Amino acid sequence: MLNYLWAGMIVVGIIFGAFQGKMPDITDAALESSKEAVTLCLTMMGVMSFWTGLMEIATKAGIIEWLSSVMRPAIRFMFPRIPRGHKANEHITTNIIANILGLGWAATPAGLQAMEALGELEEERGHKRDVASDEMCTFLILNISSLQLIPINVIAYRSQYGSVDPARIVGAGLLATTISTLVAIIYCKFKNRRGSR
Amino acid sequence: MKLLMYLTDFIVPVVVLGIVAYGAMEQVKVYDEFIRGAKKGFYTVIRIMPTLIGLMVAVGILRASGFLDLLSGLLGKVTDYIGFPSQLVPLSIVKMFSSSAATGLLLDVFKEYGTDSRIGLIASIMMSCTETIFYTMSVYFMAAKVKKTRYTLTGALLATLAGIMASVFIAGRM
Repeated sequence: MLNYLWAGMIVVGIIFGAFQGKMPDITDAALESSKEAVTLCLTMMGVMSFWTGLMEIATKAGIIEWLSSVMRPAIRFMFPRIPRGHKANEHITTNIIANILGLGWAATPAGLQAMEALGELEEERGHKRDVASDEMCTFLILNISSLQLIPINVIAYRSQYGSVDPARIVGAGLLATTISTLVAIIYCKFKNRRGSR
Repeated sequence: MKLLMYLTDFIVPVVVLGIVAYGAMEQVKVYDEFIRGAKKGFYTVIRIMPTLIGLMVAVGILRASGFLDLLSGLLGKVTDYIGFPSQLVPLSIVKMFSSSAATGLLLDVFKEYGTDSRIGLIASIMMSCTETIFYTMSVYFMAAKVKKTRYTLTGALLATLAGIMASVFIAGRM
């Protein structure tokens, strides 16, 4: 799917741009975007290394284990087929905790490690590596449904643009997030119950 | 609300302090472990760098061609009928691809229509209850070397749609 999506974006973009006389802009965009991606990676490299370093300490000190035990019932409910004690549990928990706290930069490395661990789990089960497992689909849909408790960046932008009450949307945002997450949970539960594959 | 903002300022430093102090108390060799962990993060970024370059170039081209604007304009005619403001169509589409581009559009909405107008409120709530679908999917699935994504996109779109509908509904009652 990603192959088609990616090719589609480039083909549509360039052909459409040609008719609009936007060819120079497209050249600029391609060069600028690739440069932007590298700059972004350089920034991310520092933040991510800092975070995974901290997480290593937290793991060794048993903090992640403690937080995981708090979250365990919820994780087991959403991912009943991951064996107990598998490292995927730990990465998923870290990612979800970081997402709830709104630490997006912290959620991504844990999320990537969770996906790798889930990939290994699929290999252990003897399934093909390039097909997403139920756990992967559930994990991503949950992530995309947004789990954030306090949208602090939106509050900051609102106050910057002269809102009388920048934090007015906190309750509303929380309610909307709860609704989208509930829809995600129900949909995934429904899909997983049908025991696909 | 001041307290909440105050708390948010405290989250990161307190998490750092808690981890390091508790680790030292538990006799963990904190600095050695930090370095070992930092290496993992470093290599993770190196692994996703090609993905990021590929994706950002594709989105950049699509945006420069004017295609995203056309799409928003066309869809806007449809969304007006169901009560969704067409001014927010570009934002909801771009948010699926790129969080930073969406932030740019959000600020534009705030400037044009005001933060506390109906459009401003819907935009604020929408931004706090949705995530970048295509970006998240491509980065995460490429890390797991997955090509067939099965029902992920349907579920993600469904959750996002629910979030957007909730935003419009809630903003109308504020």
